[in-house]
Amino acid sequence: MFIRTSQFILLLVALAPIIAMAEDTATLPENYCSWEVKDYAIEDPLCGLDGDALRGKQVVSDSHLGNCLACHQLPIPGIEAYGTIGPPLQGLASRLTEAQIRVRIVDTRNINPMSIMPGFYRDPRLINRPGKPYRGKTFLTAQQVEDVIAYLVTLK
Amino acid sequence: MFILVSVFLLAITACPLLAEEAKSGYEFIKSATRAMQDDDFENPGMLYVEQGLELFNEKQDGASKACSDCHGADARKMEPKGIARYPVYDDNKVGIVTLQKRISLCRNNIGSKPLPTNHPDLIALETFVRHRAHGEAVNVQVDGPVAGLLRKGEEIYQTRYGLIDMSCSHCHSLYTGQMIRGQKISQGQGNGFPAYRLDIGEMTNLHQRIQQCLTSMRAEPFDADSEEIKLLGLYLMSRSNGLKIETPAVRY
Repeated sequence: MFIRTSQFILLLVALAPIIAMAEDTATLPENYCSWEVKDYAIEDPLCGLDGDALRGKQVVSDSHLGNCLACHQLPIPGIEAYGTIGPPLQGLASRLTEAQIRVRIVDTRNINPMSIMPGFYRDPRLINRPGKPYRGKTFLTAQQVEDVIAYLVTLK
Repeated sequence: MFILVSVFLLAITACPLLAEEAKSGYEFIKSATRAMQDDDFENPGMLYVEQGLELFNEKQDGASKACSDCHGADARKMEPKGIARYPVYDDNKVGIVTLQKRISLCRNNIGSKPLPTNHPDLIALETFVRHRAHGEAVNVQVDGPVAGLLRKGEEIYQTRYGLIDMSCSHCHSLYTGQMIRGQKISQGQGNGFPAYRLDIGEMTNLHQRIQQCLTSMRAEPFDADSEEIKLLGLYLMSRSNGLKIETPAVRY
């Protein structure tokens, strides 16, 4: 009996990394679309979705969604409390291409590993100690990210 | 030439990482908030000081005596310099001892009914006792056995947490003085705590502030009695060495 128990424990110890890996994989949301960075840009829209600029503007200004205004200035009238942490986004589309904007929204650490900016579509398995309601979730949905990009490319 | 360029590059990249001169959160709040803190009648934190004073002077549930029986009425016998040393390290007992923990252990010694960490009575007592050292410079030990603990605390300070995925250092070291939605980012100093927070309308000690910060990073906050929160709290307070204690400060 003792041998069997100890063998079972040994088996568990041996399997631990695999069990842990399985848990990690489980935290990836079912509908998570993978993306690829090439030449510091993400060419393809997430999940092949089309963005809507009007919805994107809403996501950008809503403090419960993108909350971009916490850190950036944007040419949206009526907003007083901007942030000055990131660069102002006026004229963004004349500085960056759509694909270059996409990598910065999805996970800007592909450009700057030290960046303070959250990855809005970062792989949830890379998030350290997420709060219970946020486990296995991305900051924004793929649709919301594409909407934001559709809005940002209008800022010429 | 190559060496010159490397030295220059090293110098400019290392600059933001060099320790800035410590500045109290007071320097970053709006002038109306400063005025509120400076006026004892306007400062909501003074209500907690008074509440703590009452608890200090009376026998609490089950206790054989009151705090004031040993420490003098209104804590007159307490040394502000001693209070300014907290959190301290007690190597044969409990490790890192915060001021609240010391008060709690003392309460238990005289038979008071033990209270959970951050119970409102303990917050009031902590606020009152810390206020006794108002104007005294923070003086946390940084050498001996504490040095290793501070390194662990700094590691936590530099680690990213939560869905928003920032470390303490991102805001409070790299972007100090910048605006986040209309509020100036402070250095995250501990000298004002326990402080009255206007945002939530509550008296908040340093550990609770850390928990609130982690929650807003959409991270799982450290437990009130966890080793992590003690290490980070100790590290934060050590960064405040030399700053004058402002308890009860008023903060956003």
